[in-house]
Amino acid sequence: MPNVDLRQTALRELNQALHHLRPDTNETHWLIANPDGRHAIACGLDAAISVEIEGNVGYYCAGMNKLANVVINGNAGVGVAENMMSGLVHVRGDASQAAGATAQGGMLVVEGNAGARCGISMKGIDIVVKGSIGHMSAFMAQAGTLTVLGDAGEALGDSLYEAKLFVRGSVKSLGADCVEKPMRDEHRELLHAKLTAAGLNGEIDIGEFKRYGSARTLYHFHVDNAGAY
Amino acid sequence: MDDHARKARTLPRFSATFDPATMAEIRRAAATGIYDIRGAGAKRKLPHFDDLLFLGASISRYPLEGYRERCSTEVVLGGRFAKKPITLKTPITIAGMSFGSLSANAKEALGRGATLAGTSTTTGDGGMTQEERGHSQTLVYQYLPSRYGMNPDDLRKADAIEIVIGQGAKPGGGGMLLGQKITERVAGMRCLPPGIDQRSASRHPDWTGPDDLEIKMEELREITDWEKPIYVKVGASRPYYDTALAAKSGADVVVIDGMQGGTAATQDVFIENVGIPTLAAIRPAVQALQDLGLHRKVQLIISGGIRSGADVAKALALGADAVAIGTGALIALGDNDPMWEDEYQALGTTAGAYDDWHEGRDPAGITTQDPELSARLDPVLAGRRLANYLAVMTLEAQTIARACGKSHLHNLEPEDLVALTIEAAAMAGVPLAGTTWIPGRTGF
Ligand SMILES: Cc1cc2nc3c(=O)[nH]c(=O)nc-3n(C[C@H](O)[C@H](O)[C@H](O)COP(=O)(O)O)c2cc1C
Repeated sequence: MPNVDLRQTALRELNQALHHLRPDTNETHWLIANPDGRHAIACGLDAAISVEIEGNVGYYCAGMNKLANVVINGNAGVGVAENMMSGLVHVRGDASQAAGATAQGGMLVVEGNAGARCGISMKGIDIVVKGSIGHMSAFMAQAGTLTVLGDAGEALGDSLYEAKLFVRGSVKSLGADCVEKPMRDEHRELLHAKLTAAGLNGEIDIGEFKRYGSARTLYHFHVDNAGAY
Repeated sequence: MDDHARKARTLPRFSATFDPATMAEIRRAAATGIYDIRGAGAKRKLPHFDDLLFLGASISRYPLEGYRERCSTEVVLGGRFAKKPITLKTPITIAGMSFGSLSANAKEALGRGATLAGTSTTTGDGGMTQEERGHSQTLVYQYLPSRYGMNPDDLRKADAIEIVIGQGAKPGGGGMLLGQKITERVAGMRCLPPGIDQRSASRHPDWTGPDDLEIKMEELREITDWEKPIYVKVGASRPYYDTALAAKSGADVVVIDGMQGGTAATQDVFIENVGIPTLAAIRPAVQALQDLGLHRKVQLIISGGIRSGADVAKALALGADAVAIGTGALIALGDNDPMWEDEYQALGTTAGAYDDWHEGRDPAGITTQDPELSARLDPVLAGRRLANYLAVMTLEAQTIARACGKSHLHNLEPEDLVALTIEAAAMAGVPLAGTTWIPGRTGF
């Protein structure tokens, strides 16, 4: 099990080592000490390994992740797991702005709160935030699910497309073209599956969630919609 | 009224302010209630490269022999930080144009033509297609606010990365692709429902400002092991500060796109009224790099209305390292060709003026996703035409450079130029022809 101390090893060296792992490597569990808020730690991974980071990380930790399982035992800066394709990123603390931005797959779990623009432009990722999320979350969200156990800030889901939003607490306000939608069985199943994947099987009452999605009135340019923006 | 008086009547006179095109637009707006969307760049007359002339050799400067003495055209991009800078045989590159706005055949043709000419081509808002990667020897991958089709595997397959902040046709505006062109394949690549009117973001989702940009660049470099050059593309509006900030943030290459630069689809009001002309953007950008001691270390690519080898030579003489072309390349492929005149007429326009590219009904099969129309463009032949055009432009630029006594296109300098108009003299920072007067610099 490689142990990397970022006070001893340059970040560039660490990332390159992670990128150049052979598919049959037995170095599948990496422990990273003293991240000290450095940016771009463990980004661009493309192997089914697990990476555990002992401390707080800066911007874009696990950015563009594929396949890997990255655990951050601390808080994460802006854009954690941005544009993730697959794999799992688990933040044990809080996450800053734009968590999971534009991500196309995999799962992001945040134990604490996530800041503004959580899931902005998301394109297929599943995000589960156990705390609350900030304003403008799921802005222009295209696909995937965003599940929030706490509250959501202003303008949730502004201009969103087909992403599905589940919020247990209050929503300060909905953004343009975002509406509350009925929870049907298929949505309860979906939500159950996501909560289970996030390790919350049976702990949470699905009945407490509301679903939000696109009213689809902005899908075509039309003069009558001009006031919506 | 006697006969004489009747004949002496005034002619019907159109207002210069409310001219026929303006009145037609007012009627169109009144009838539809929505702004006009179109492709291509600013159509109004602007100070441009036509307003500059080369001086050529004279008693005090001697020329190079036209066909005997070498005038090099090679350019290296990205040596500042990238482990693998790219080398092009000609400083004329193909600008980013999205698959979606262009057909797959058109993208393939661009790749083929650029490869034959030894230059690079660029992806666009919508991701990288296999056709394009396969046929482009040197491919620049755009990283845009929408992040449509953004895939780390494609990033790794690219030869360089271009972070797009904006475009000359619409500095501050996001992309548009209307429903007619969002086919299943295009929708799939962008993760959007087919057939909707797509509005892309105008700001990057996960960073704001130059300090964040620097961190974003670090991430992209870390992901690609510091191998690939990183370009930053901005629409020309505040070129001095944008160039300085891009360079400060760590760009290897800065791309400045003037307001004549083409677009696939944007509001006409935006295209014609936001941003500054290409000519006005070059000197401030060069100045910014010089002030930082980075001119020629960070390369400058200029685009927006580049049509000929003369334009290329003028842009380089003003301090650019390379240029990029969009519209010119599409015309070389066959866009707006009079051979389709009947069909342009049927669309209510005429060859040369067709700009409803967003509607996807391009008779030339270029700005469309319609399978029948796209099939009209043979990517091999069209690629050949583009390669010819690039070769002609390169030869033209060399012809001018030799006449000015330069053994490399990069040796052209502002000193070789004069301006025909006061505006161009002021913008390009070169004297009005026949004088020593540079408005704003040398008294008046
Ligand atoms: C059809 C078309 C599509 C374009 N798509 C993009 C794009 O996806 N991303 C981008 O940065 N610029 C895009 N542009 C702008 C070009 O990259 C380039 O800046 C411009 O075309 C240069 O000016 P020129 O057309 O006068 O040569 C597009 C231009 C055209 C004509």
